[in-house]
Amino acid sequence: MSTQRAVLARTASRGSGVRGREAQAGWLFVAPVIVLLGLFLVLPVVMAAWVSVSDWTGRGSPFSAEVDFVGTQNYSELLFGGGLATQDFGTALRNNSWYVLLVVPTQTALSLFLAIMVNRKWLRGSSFFRTAFYFPSVTSSVAITVLFLFLFSATGVVNKVLQAMSVSGPNWFADPRGVLHVLLAWLGVERGPAVLTDHAVLGVSLWQWLAGPSVAMSVLILMAVFTTSGTFMLLFLAALQHISDEVDEAAMMDGTTAWQRFRFVTLPMLRPTVFTVMTLGLIGTWQVFDQIYTGTQGGPGKTTVTPAYLSYTASFQSQQWGRGAAIAFILFAIIITMTVLQRRVIRGRDKDGL
Amino acid sequence: MSAPRATTWRERLGGGRAGGSLLAYAVLLLLAVVYVYPFLVQVATSFKTDPEAVANPLALVPQVWTTAAYERLFLRSDFPVWFRNSLLVTLCVTAGRVFFCSLAGYALARLRFRGRGVVFASLVAVMAVPGVVLLIPRFLVVKQLGIYDTFAGMIIPLLADATGVFIMKNYFESVPRAVEEAARIDGAGTFRTFWSVVLPMARPAVITIVILSFQGSWNELAHFIVSAESPELVTLTKGVAQLAAGQLGQGSQFPLKLAAAVIMTIPVAVLFFVFQKRIMSATTGAVKE
Repeated sequence: MSTQRAVLARTASRGSGVRGREAQAGWLFVAPVIVLLGLFLVLPVVMAAWVSVSDWTGRGSPFSAEVDFVGTQNYSELLFGGGLATQDFGTALRNNSWYVLLVVPTQTALSLFLAIMVNRKWLRGSSFFRTAFYFPSVTSSVAITVLFLFLFSATGVVNKVLQAMSVSGPNWFADPRGVLHVLLAWLGVERGPAVLTDHAVLGVSLWQWLAGPSVAMSVLILMAVFTTSGTFMLLFLAALQHISDEVDEAAMMDGTTAWQRFRFVTLPMLRPTVFTVMTLGLIGTWQVFDQIYTGTQGGPGKTTVTPAYLSYTASFQSQQWGRGAAIAFILFAIIITMTVLQRRVIRGRDKDGL
Repeated sequence: MSAPRATTWRERLGGGRAGGSLLAYAVLLLLAVVYVYPFLVQVATSFKTDPEAVANPLALVPQVWTTAAYERLFLRSDFPVWFRNSLLVTLCVTAGRVFFCSLAGYALARLRFRGRGVVFASLVAVMAVPGVVLLIPRFLVVKQLGIYDTFAGMIIPLLADATGVFIMKNYFESVPRAVEEAARIDGAGTFRTFWSVVLPMARPAVITIVILSFQGSWNELAHFIVSAESPELVTLTKGVAQLAAGQLGQGSQFPLKLAAAVIMTIPVAVLFFVFQKRIMSATTGAVKE
């Protein structure tokens, strides 16, 4: 009976009337999503592209006659102007680069470690541990930032714990010193060599580029690792469950150590997931905004300004809409370049074989 | 079957079962404390007095219990308005996404129409645009459309979600065709077939979309910053973020801020614990490329 119906349906759908109706329904069904994405995703990008090459100040329509085309002026002011705009942008790039550089490897390593720890078959209470590690990922970045402002306040939880170990903690969120500079100062190096202090890239001296994340930014780095490791742990867990026990057991029979099995059996099989996690991490860490808006507003000493936050303040606070849009596009370019570069590296390695 | 295997595992794990597993448990417990303790302290501090929160931040039990922070939030601030706004926006966005994503997902999985491949390819391209880049551009469009500073401006741009369309499309492809063909032979139109036959069968995918949309829009901050400015339209994330930045008077006021953070965490926490199993797999499904 059912095959008969299927045959009937197939013959019916060949009739042009039914097919026409189906096509109509198809377009009708996807129309809302297309309209919404077009209006609020594609159109915004096109409009912002125009604003980034205009001198619009936020008043009236960006398409009105008073708004002029200024070419690449907004971009060149940011990249080659040498003024405050360049310096701020350079600082934001420096801050965010350190953030990416430290968060991505740490969160990848930690989430892989957590996944391997909770994936052991004999482990009791494994679901409790999974829940505990994942929970921070569920809460909003605003709530987590409020919590971290408290934990790392001058007399907060972290400093009380440090005090118990007779270490006096810094006033975390108010400390603009770069952590590498702090370390060098302990070794007696207070000033950088002239080679580094005299040369500047994007208005920021090389010595400042190498300052490391500020103490305040370091807290945000810890926070990012804390909130994302759970999500990525789940990705690794899913991948681990696809690795059959036999492979691992075969390796065991060969008398390998636990570390060798991890390094030469598990890790190569997890490679696609490692790269997925790193790509997602890279995309996510270049977009820090909520935490800065809630927690530090770019301070202390502009050391937590990120391009995303700078693009917001340039537009909404300084009314430099062209500049704000230009920053957004440069950020877009950075994210795409990084993702493509990483893909290339993976593909190159895959060609070499395992 | 799995029991004997477990023992071999244990025996072979670096140097004897007891030593190895004890160390593993110790490490896991320590990590669990690091992950959980902050949230316990958060709840405890929200019931402390301001001086105690500063003097004794580590204690999990307040010396003097007070609900002053909560009273102030609910009786003498705009907090209830923020909560209502967040709830309204989240419910609308969630309902809208479920409807639009499943409609589009169904069409892409099942209905034959010219241009389907192009639509699908554009969705993939659109997914690659990072959200933060859209911050200013979205403001421009919302303003241009005349819906700036309205609920419409806060809700409509969040309604479509390419990821959700994918999840629904994938699920619909796994539903056997015979069922809907039977329904159609019985004379049901395309929408009727979709709405009353296929959609109910896609419950797991619908729940996934509900979870992801609820969590996403409840926790959304950036879009609300750029799409509205009136105090009556402040959501929880925006209100609490501004509260954290110190706009409710002097002093650190940690109990107040942490109480606000506790309350805004409760709905997503409840959702999490109710759908825990599904969330764990939903996240992997959604994030996976």
